Amino acid sequence: MTIMMDTGNYIAAKAAVMAKPEVVAAYPITPQTTLVEGIANYVASKEFKGEYICVESEHSAMSACIGASAAGSRTFTATSSHGLLLMHEMLHWAALARLPIVMCNINRVVGPGWNIWTDENDSISQRDTGWIQFYCSSNQEIFDTVIQSFRLAEQKDILLPVMINYNAFILSHTSMPADIPSQKQVDDFIGTYKPQWKLDVKSPITFGNIIGPDGYFKIRRAMQDAQENAKALIPTIAKEWKQLTGRYHGGLIEKYKCEGADHILLAMGAIGAESKDAIDELRKQGTKIGLARVRTFRPFPKEEIMKLSKQANLIIIDRNISVGLEGALSTEVKSILYGKSDAKVYSYIAGLGGKDVPYTDIITICKKATAGKTKEVVWYGLQEGI
Amino acid sequence: MAIKDLPTDECLLPGSAACPGCPATIALRLVLKALGRNTIIVIPACCTAVIESLYPYTSFDVPVMNIAFEAAAAGASGVEAALRQQGKKDTTVLAWAGDGGTYDIGIQALSGAIERQTNFIYICYNNQIYSNTGIQRSGATPYAAWTTTTVGGKTEFRKEMGEIIQAHHPPYAAQACISYPEDLYNKVKKAKGIRGPKYIEILAPCPPGWRFGMEKTVEMGALAVETGAWALYEYENEIMTFNGKSKLLLEQKIERKPIEEWIRYQGRFSHLFKPTKDVKRIKALDDHTEEVWKRYRACYL
Repeated sequence: MTIMMDTGNYIAAKAAVMAKPEVVAAYPITPQTTLVEGIANYVASKEFKGEYICVESEHSAMSACIGASAAGSRTFTATSSHGLLLMHEMLHWAALARLPIVMCNINRVVGPGWNIWTDENDSISQRDTGWIQFYCSSNQEIFDTVIQSFRLAEQKDILLPVMINYNAFILSHTSMPADIPSQKQVDDFIGTYKPQWKLDVKSPITFGNIIGPDGYFKIRRAMQDAQENAKALIPTIAKEWKQLTGRYHGGLIEKYKCEGADHILLAMGAIGAESKDAIDELRKQGTKIGLARVRTFRPFPKEEIMKLSKQANLIIIDRNISVGLEGALSTEVKSILYGKSDAKVYSYIAGLGGKDVPYTDIITICKKATAGKTKEVVWYGLQEGI
Repeated sequence: MAIKDLPTDECLLPGSAACPGCPATIALRLVLKALGRNTIIVIPACCTAVIESLYPYTSFDVPVMNIAFEAAAAGASGVEAALRQQGKKDTTVLAWAGDGGTYDIGIQALSGAIERQTNFIYICYNNQIYSNTGIQRSGATPYAAWTTTTVGGKTEFRKEMGEIIQAHHPPYAAQACISYPEDLYNKVKKAKGIRGPKYIEILAPCPPGWRFGMEKTVEMGALAVETGAWALYEYENEIMTFNGKSKLLLEQKIERKPIEEWIRYQGRFSHLFKPTKDVKRIKALDDHTEEVWKRYRACYL
């Protein structure tokens, strides 16, 4: 193993190249650009031997990945914000076509007004596309999750595309050390992609033609089954990776100091990392509080969160807003608890537009919630008069 | 190559869901005869997505990937890149799209794929309308033609897609028509042997869309060429060559038939003849056609 001290994007590029996709098709967008530039550098140095298609839009990036994947090749792409939104149609297509495409999405604000900082509204609004969605909290986790995602996506009982989300700038442009395993370790861990079906002139098949209601109904059910299968497989793969590398970031969730907690904080991405410092401080002060960092938004860690709700009230910080209701993580949690748990749920919306959410703010949020001095949904840090 | 000498192998199977008299199936059959079985087709939303018929059946005996409306060229780029990585360099990747998917919603992906020198053949079968969705105007719909979205007749002239393609300087581009099968076959065959992006557009007169009898498909294509509403040509290594009757028209060795000779058989232009003849609009269409040919002569003669 070697240590790579670099930004989230360059570490993601390293992981993607080590996974040896045969085709990468990508289009630049801030703050994803350094990731695709990283891959271009690996093309120039011949470390990346696949095809790198510099397409003319994100819609075409995903369309080209769909074509390459349907032809039986391992594929990778990366995007952010408006780029992800432009892909939306093809995200549905990739998932319905059951193509194991792996993509990094750097969580960035959606305009207008133009803002390149982080929040999660871009990927949250792709919730129903059928993609598996990871949210990472460190550059090491980005590397490890990219590798794990290829392994996951290409399993016969999964065959779903995987989106690895991480926060703009906080991770994408911040250097942190990451352990890089050997190429052989990565090769052995992922294995070779053996597609069940592909565009093959020796065995001509028509992909995606017209289908009636009964057949389509079954396609949707099969996708749901695959997401359920992923729920079981994600922790298994994470544990195997731990055996190989000693590193573990959690399965569907990462639990931190949840033992004996009567309040548990739920958050995703970088806020999830920042929350660990807040939990340490609060624990020091005697608050019985823990953290459950949600790593997979889809499949949603329903059973784990239900279990935690039997032990503790839940405090949720969403760096996204489903306008007209509340943060998306809050809605999901409340929906699974309905009728089955008496846990109180305190919902906070914070960090929209890239507003910083330091651990001190998280401590304030948790103190208010644990004291029960809070409304059902709180917009934390909203400043008047701006 | 005479029709009797065309390959007998059929990659377009009988029993498709096409309308009677469908020009797309005429074209597909010929195109697949020229390309053979070592071909993968990428099809966006268009009539062919219906023609290929209902799961679990298919009308194609070659692999087909359906893709979203605007994505044919990009999807084909991905297929081509994957095949190259897999060492399958002799397989032809064909993107097969309608005029809506080419002139309008798919033009960005097409332009990008040609600019990237993607090694594929892009064929636009042009029936001058969104026919699959029920006859709406496209950028390829001619002036004055009725569609369900141009109820009194289209008020604009059609786009010159051929010239847009030529501005990309691909190694090969051509215009063909289902009424001239040998010409079409030869163009596709030639494209197959050239590396890089190849663009072929096939005029495809659509009986329900243009409102003519299903037995007149071939005739409508021939009249389009004879009236100059459509030109048969090849663009190869920057050189334009007009073919067949279009060559004779270019060189003025035959008289261009008035546009009226083509449109009077089509219900989509019937409002130009009933209840009274709309001389002004018929003349405008004919004048525009004449202008196009003047430009062709100035550029290519």
